[in-house]
Amino acid sequence: MNLVEGLLTQIQGLSSTASDVLSLQNVLKQADESLHAESTRLLPFLDQLDPSKHSLGYLYFLEACTAGPVTTESASSFVLVIARFISSCVAEQIRLAPDKFISVCKRFKDQVLLLEEPLRGVAPMLTAVRKLQSSTEHLTTLHPEFLLLCLLAKCYKTGLSILEEDIFEVDQPRDLYLYCYYGGMICIGQKCFRKALELLHNVVTAPMSTINAIAVEAYKKYILVSLIHHGQLSTSLPKYASGVAQRNLKSLCLSYIELANSYNNGKIADLETYVQANMEKFGSDNNLGLVKQVVSSIYKRNIQRLTQTYLTLSLQDIANTVQLNSPKEAEMHVLQMIQDGEIYATINQKDGMVRFLEDPELYKTCEMIEHIDLSIQRLMTLSKKLTVMDELISCDPLYLGKAGRERQRFDFDDFDSVPQRFNI
Amino acid sequence: MDGIEGASNPMMEEMQANGTGGVDGSPLTSTSRRKNRPIVSGEPLDIEAYAGLYTGRTKIKRLMFIANHCDNPGMQLEALRMAYDEIKRGENTHLYREVVQKIDGRLGPNYAMDAAWCSTIERKAEQRKEKLESELNAYRTNLIKESIRMGYNDFGDFYYAHGALGDAFKSYVRTRDYCTTSKHIIQMCLNAILVSIEMVQFSNVTSYVSKAEQTPEALDPPTVAKLCCAAGLAHLEAKKYKLAARKFLEVGPELGNSYSEVIAPQDVATYGGLCALASFDRTELKNKVIDNINFRDFLELVPEVRELINDFYSSHYASCLEYLGNLKSNLMLDIHLYDHVETLYDQIRNKALIQYTLPFVSVDMRMMADAFKTSVVGLEKELEALITDNQIQARIDSHNKILYARHADQRNATFQRVLQTGNEFDQGVRAMLLRSSLLKYDYNIRALRKH
Repeated sequence: MNLVEGLLTQIQGLSSTASDVLSLQNVLKQADESLHAESTRLLPFLDQLDPSKHSLGYLYFLEACTAGPVTTESASSFVLVIARFISSCVAEQIRLAPDKFISVCKRFKDQVLLLEEPLRGVAPMLTAVRKLQSSTEHLTTLHPEFLLLCLLAKCYKTGLSILEEDIFEVDQPRDLYLYCYYGGMICIGQKCFRKALELLHNVVTAPMSTINAIAVEAYKKYILVSLIHHGQLSTSLPKYASGVAQRNLKSLCLSYIELANSYNNGKIADLETYVQANMEKFGSDNNLGLVKQVVSSIYKRNIQRLTQTYLTLSLQDIANTVQLNSPKEAEMHVLQMIQDGEIYATINQKDGMVRFLEDPELYKTCEMIEHIDLSIQRLMTLSKKLTVMDELISCDPLYLGKAGRERQRFDFDDFDSVPQRFNI
Repeated sequence: MDGIEGASNPMMEEMQANGTGGVDGSPLTSTSRRKNRPIVSGEPLDIEAYAGLYTGRTKIKRLMFIANHCDNPGMQLEALRMAYDEIKRGENTHLYREVVQKIDGRLGPNYAMDAAWCSTIERKAEQRKEKLESELNAYRTNLIKESIRMGYNDFGDFYYAHGALGDAFKSYVRTRDYCTTSKHIIQMCLNAILVSIEMVQFSNVTSYVSKAEQTPEALDPPTVAKLCCAAGLAHLEAKKYKLAARKFLEVGPELGNSYSEVIAPQDVATYGGLCALASFDRTELKNKVIDNINFRDFLELVPEVRELINDFYSSHYASCLEYLGNLKSNLMLDIHLYDHVETLYDQIRNKALIQYTLPFVSVDMRMMADAFKTSVVGLEKELEALITDNQIQARIDSHNKILYARHADQRNATFQRVLQTGNEFDQGVRAMLLRSSLLKYDYNIRALRKH
């Protein structure tokens, strides 16, 4: 007890200036174990600390309190405490002990899930992410937790806001895989298939030394989204995908590859029989919704192909070509596609004819010019970033060491720039 | 079009009724053309005349092929009878037995199995073989190159006459080591080519043709023509129609009847004409076929092919397709062409469709269907296939049944490509930076573990 009292005084005393905080940190680190020993009795002491001023100390105490298993009774009280802490803590102080902060937030997530109210956790977690990040390009371990809460609470829009930012720094590969996987799912929920495809592609092609379940699940979704968005699946992974992925992913997702082949053949009846036959498999992977979207997308693909060949076409003919049951159904499909902006057409109900129009975009407006201009600037910034990164790596001693050792293996031209003294 | 005389556009009329009239390249006017349509051979093949064009083994093979693939029992029996007569003049007992089996007694007692003849021939063959073998051994011990060569050659001829094609080929090839002059080499090559064609091994044909062409001495024109024919046949078999057409068109008139063991000049004209029509573009067709003086002599022998090429070139598609239809049944009986007829016909028909639509901005599909003697619905299906295949740049107005030409808008396409490339670059670079940071993490972990 005395130890705790002593700590409290120190925290209150040493939390004003930056140098004080650093010495406080050392004290706290040494006292950490004893704190954990007293974990059950620490809760009342928290009232004596102000989270906005004594963030670091509060954090250590809080972490010790929540270190035990999560129970339903303690959950509700802790949730309130942690939420308040997150919103009022000072970013610089908690960044001194990031793992503690992360474990506190993880506990928070567990409690929220136990109470089956993920929505309560969304906003605090977002704040937590923002405070932990050193920059918006930094991916923390909390990102995937946040996205998980968004998914479970079904607030996809909040999740999307985080996904808009580009990530360039990663703490742990596992974070990235989970982040991209959950992010892909959120985008699918919001029907932003292009971004979903990009995120899932990142997981599938990320460097990994062994195959992991996240990559497998991501690849399954990747196949389905690729079929919906592009109407085709590229049969091989790009060269930069890791060797493990290239060798193993296909064999682990066989039924999905079969689905893609069946899709490519273009016969709707075959596709539907295949889906029926494998319903349970898709269901057990929680991909039924996506699979259904794949089936409806094949109709869209066929109708789009018609726009390339015909100027006007009767609804009856559309129904026949695309293997729909009646002109009414064809009309429904075409109407839906016009509303979604996937084709440009007008329906003449008197004659039962559809007239396909050209893309009205003329690329002559100011908005278009602005859009192109912004894209160019963005790309220039990206290029500069790439050059900087390239230079940094070329000067990195670890890289040079490895390149020097493996000089014999590689092409003379690639590594000529590495000085001779790195030949170990 | 509604009976107005004189004043209304005769040009327009001709263009619209493109089936039977139209812009002319020949001195005949459109009306007289309609009357003067030369030979329409819808009638069945005249087997005697056909067989008269060939000699040797190919004559027998062709007759038997006709008998196997023909529906008309009269023609079948006629072919089998002629085959029997021809075989009896030779020494091939194997083929004899086959023919007798096929005839099955239908031609009466004169054409039944003559076992006595068979055994006589076989005995004679044995004797001759022994004689040849002993002669060859004698020559081999004496090491006279020319005699050894002739010995193997004779062996080759012997085996060929008796239908042992594999042995014949081997014997002919053995003469190679004993050839001293280019004339010998050419003789060997021609023999090898002949046997390979009979064995339907056209890869050998190609190699021996090139071997023959590489001899240092100049070849005499009939040989050159023979080699061109053989090369053309090889390409035809390999479905390389453009190359086949070029080879056949190079055959000079010196061929005459000198290669009747393989091919007749009528065949050169037919194969060359059809392959050219299926694979050449308009300029090549005009330069190499229509204006080709040498080839004109060949085309004279098969006036239907000449007519159909001219019709195609001058856009009289209905008449051209009609000729093709008439020729089809006879072409299916040709031993080299029968499995290429469908493909060639499809290609010619597609080319006709494409060529028809090329000069127009809009085409009335009803008139086009008339010109091609097909229904509008059928035509629409064919056009749809060609458009999807990107061979015609147009779109169909199914309501009014009009085909509209459509030219890609370069400007829009460029903008779209620009934006798309920008997006891909963006995604690619960001992914690259991400991956490099992951790799760096990996390195750091490993470095830490080592220390």
